[in-house]
Amino acid sequence: MTLLGQFSLWVALLIGSWCVVLSLSGRWRDRPDLERVITRSVYAVCAALLIATLSLWKGLISHDFNIEYVAAYTSSNLPTYYIVSALWAGQKGSLLFWAVVLSLFAAAAQLLTSRRHAALLPYVAGITSAVVVFFVIVMLFAANPFERLAFTPEDGRGLNPQLQNVGMVMHPPMLYLGYISITIPFAFAVGALLSRRLDTGWIVAIRKWTLVSWLFLSIGIVLGMWAYVELGWGGYWAWDPVENASFLPWLTMTAFLHSVMIQEKRGMLKRWNVALIVATFLLSIFGTFITRSGVIASVHSFTQSNVGYFFLAFLVLAGVYAFTLLWTRWPDLEPEGQLESMLSREAAFLFNNLALVGIAFSVLWGTLFPILSEAVRGNKITVGPPFFNRVNIPLGLFLLALTGIGPLIAWRKASVQNLRRQFVLPVSAGLVTAAVLFGTGMRDGYAMMAIALGAFVLGTVVQEFYRGMRARHRMHGESPVVAISRLIGRNRRRYGGYIVHVGILTMFVAFAGMAFKVDQEATLKPGETAEVRSPYGHTYKLTHMGVSQYKALNRFVSAASVQVERDGRSLGIMKSEKRQHVDSFGRPTFEPSTEVGIRSDLREDLYIVYAGSVDGTEEAVYRFTVNPLVWWVWFAGVILILGGLLTMWPGGGGVAETRRSQAGYEAVLVGAGAE
Amino acid sequence: MKPGHKFLFGAVIIVASVGLLMFQGVKETGVYFLTPTELAAKTTEDPTFYNVGLKMGARVVPGSVHRDAATQTIDFQVTDGTHTYPVTYRGLVPDTFTDANDIEVVVEGRLGKDGVFHATDVLAKCGSRYEAVPEA
Repeated sequence: MTLLGQFSLWVALLIGSWCVVLSLSGRWRDRPDLERVITRSVYAVCAALLIATLSLWKGLISHDFNIEYVAAYTSSNLPTYYIVSALWAGQKGSLLFWAVVLSLFAAAAQLLTSRRHAALLPYVAGITSAVVVFFVIVMLFAANPFERLAFTPEDGRGLNPQLQNVGMVMHPPMLYLGYISITIPFAFAVGALLSRRLDTGWIVAIRKWTLVSWLFLSIGIVLGMWAYVELGWGGYWAWDPVENASFLPWLTMTAFLHSVMIQEKRGMLKRWNVALIVATFLLSIFGTFITRSGVIASVHSFTQSNVGYFFLAFLVLAGVYAFTLLWTRWPDLEPEGQLESMLSREAAFLFNNLALVGIAFSVLWGTLFPILSEAVRGNKITVGPPFFNRVNIPLGLFLLALTGIGPLIAWRKASVQNLRRQFVLPVSAGLVTAAVLFGTGMRDGYAMMAIALGAFVLGTVVQEFYRGMRARHRMHGESPVVAISRLIGRNRRRYGGYIVHVGILTMFVAFAGMAFKVDQEATLKPGETAEVRSPYGHTYKLTHMGVSQYKALNRFVSAASVQVERDGRSLGIMKSEKRQHVDSFGRPTFEPSTEVGIRSDLREDLYIVYAGSVDGTEEAVYRFTVNPLVWWVWFAGVILILGGLLTMWPGGGGVAETRRSQAGYEAVLVGAGAE
Repeated sequence: MKPGHKFLFGAVIIVASVGLLMFQGVKETGVYFLTPTELAAKTTEDPTFYNVGLKMGARVVPGSVHRDAATQTIDFQVTDGTHTYPVTYRGLVPDTFTDANDIEVVVEGRLGKDGVFHATDVLAKCGSRYEAVPEA
């Protein structure tokens, strides 16, 4: 099967390169037959890569340990669903995964794009094929997933135990899907530049794609936070370089999703929008580069390999190409409108964009700082979470405030009536919340601001839903339930966006909870008890019950049990495990891993890590952590994703209604300004 | 003032505060990342370079790990082949920290006058975790 896979990669390389050359040569203009060849070559590349992927899967499932990749990431006692996921567990497989998914997206872009934008498609085919070809080249010349070993091991090394978890099976592909799908909007942007069709056409064509990328990136990032349940260090975000790398394109994409509304509505920010899409694409490649090259030490990164040089070269090439193209088309991107007032939605969105890009820049800077400082001053200096928190908490709070202001303020120029009508209630909600928090004894300034601003934003969103519903109720005499569901159904982008905002503000409130985290270590003999005070004033009594050892499917387990009591009431027994994974011959495959014990409720998580025993006795070393509001992070993630899905759900009201709502402004509110 | 200028004014304020936050952040939270050899060079060059917060990346000397369960203290030695430093750390080490095969660690803390590195954090990364280093 490896021969077939290898052959398919070469086929993909040849047809893909042909497609790039043909597309960029421009010979297809006035030659519909050549245009068809370009489209078909995209499908052919896709088919070839699908065959390559199936071959690798076949090798994995049939335990062909002669294939280096199979031996490195699976073992014969690994459950089947993890074997399937091993396709993206290692560097080489994930390159193939990347290439095949991109070719699928590229084919989908050819198939699904409306005929109105057909003129851009041959360019899009060329750009997407160029990126696919790059990944195939990396595989063929630096990291071939079909490479065979000189001998056949009896068993493979097995899958990293930290990846043996539903969340961790889904985390990498979701993130990759986000990274990969960014190529499509990028290809449309470059296509628009090449063809000089720089009206709003390309922006309309990529609307769904940008939402798809944003959604996958969001899901991937939230699932990554979910490593909280697996990694055992008691937090969900560590400002690790690879986490940062996934956050960067999310930030610039979020900026784009907002600024593009200004272009649709007012014809401004055309150059900025192109630059944002190009930057997002480059950051997605950069993210892959960071993950794959090992230039920056991280828990995620694979060991150093020369794949990094390929990525670096591609990054530079793509960046220079795209920005040069933007430069040569500069005069074609003249703005049609101008900023009329600082009290306008345009201004709020501009500041939102500045804050998002500012955060992205500081995160990039902090991530690269060790490399930069070494290159410039010869000293490697690192910055860690304190740096990122210091810079990003104020910026994040500023952004949160804008989340409330942006949607309520009028386009062009807001009147005093508009401001009063829109902001009295939400601002009061925020102030009351702040007062209550202060009254109940909270003294952490940032946490208070986060929660109060959260209440303010929630106030704006509730007010918007309520007013929209009331307007429908009055105009069409619909019952409140019907009115609200039609309101959302007919204005999906707008109300979906509001729901996303609720997810974001919930996330901020949950993050604020981490300011009150409590951490305690204890060494306990069986029967001994440790006491932990939670930030809410509860007292946990944790009694060590003993350690039991047993053998499971593909691992030896030492499980430590703790009897938990809160304020004198028993909460049952919690368990934390140390697992030593083994191959089918009983030989250890990885370092031991930890299975965390978590008890979660709406207010706080009790998080128990069994760190090992003292000299093989039952005396155990524990770390007990109380993490406030963690449940809300996952809840926020779900809201965010549902809101995102709603914005991109196909269909909606009639054309006229859709157009009105998609402009981001409702007739109801235009009327309201004149009250 | 025209709105465009006002916006520019606001933008400059934002950009400047981002810059300031970053500058101060690096100045106050940035720490050196050194190898044992570089640390040795620093201390001979500048005798006051003790009790300065820094990170050191090195390998654990196999067999040097000594755990004292009662005080939760771990003593071990790290090296880059040329220079070796004893490290003492109180707390929990990650699962990947073993002295079986020489693993890479990053220790964060300060070098005491006594020549012992007092670590406040130990990060371990195992070379075999993901992929063997390609044959060089």
